[in-house]
Amino acid sequence: MGFFQRLREGGTTADYQALLERIPYARFLGITLDTIGEQGLVIRLVFDRRLIGNPHLPAIHGGVIGAFLEFAAILELVHQGEGEALPKPIDLTIDYLRSAKPDDVLARAIITKHGRRVANVRVEAWQGTPDRLVAAAHGHFLMPSGGDHAE
Amino acid sequence: MSKRPVLELVGENKQLLISHIPHAQAIGLTVVDARPDEAWLKVPYGEHLVGNPETGVVHGGVITTLLDNAAGTAVIAALEDARSIATLDLRIDYMKPATPRRDIIGYCHCYKVTRRIAFVRGVAYHDTPDEPIATMVAAFMVGANRSLPAVYMSGA
Repeated sequence: MGFFQRLREGGTTADYQALLERIPYARFLGITLDTIGEQGLVIRLVFDRRLIGNPHLPAIHGGVIGAFLEFAAILELVHQGEGEALPKPIDLTIDYLRSAKPDDVLARAIITKHGRRVANVRVEAWQGTPDRLVAAAHGHFLMPSGGDHAE
Repeated sequence: MSKRPVLELVGENKQLLISHIPHAQAIGLTVVDARPDEAWLKVPYGEHLVGNPETGVVHGGVITTLLDNAAGTAVIAALEDARSIATLDLRIDYMKPATPRRDIIGYCHCYKVTRRIAFVRGVAYHDTPDEPIATMVAAFMVGANRSLPAVYMSGA
């Protein structure tokens, strides 16, 4: 059984954390697994001064927020998908709703449609309470075929 | 507030357009060139930017950050005076994975500015925009808040 399959069958937050720590860019940004709930995974962007894009507000860089939303989508697809490769982004549309303050950000993804080859995903990111969204995104991802290591 | 275009204020030192941005520094972004309405930024390859450790390909979020920042710089280069901007939305299409161990260029063109909104198109590539890694469209709010980098207000 592959690593991703073991994750899906009873993976703990520590197991998902281990996956994130295998991805250099997730480590660099400071992305951690927050909770695993019935509605899926919630991930956390731990604030660091290096993430600032507008030092005068201050606010986290819009590109970092985009990257964080993409991570939320990819992890949820690993969580609910199949196969042993990471899904590949096809497109992503990000709406910036508020400036992200110098504090942690949380995000979760909802898989709108899980096709055989392509998945459609929506993502929301917030600070403080989940109704206080800082950004939302939707996008398409190319799914690895089940059990196939190719691509 | 200066009425001179920001490009004139920074003169030859175009890196000043982004040097105040901590995250641009953190990933090593440099301004390759900037002209009225246009900007070229570069992100150097780095192991810490890798999204897939098996292939060594940088994460899509790095491309998003490069293009978001290049788009913002193109808007600043298009404005007739120094004004704050904020990204409203940004769509990115991924054409092909970036080649490991190669730098990536992000080129953006601010093709329309209204009183409150700026519209931008962009592309990320290694050698030529005809072989895109990703393309982007974005809209920015102009005069979104009161934040202005010091460089944009100097030399008034």
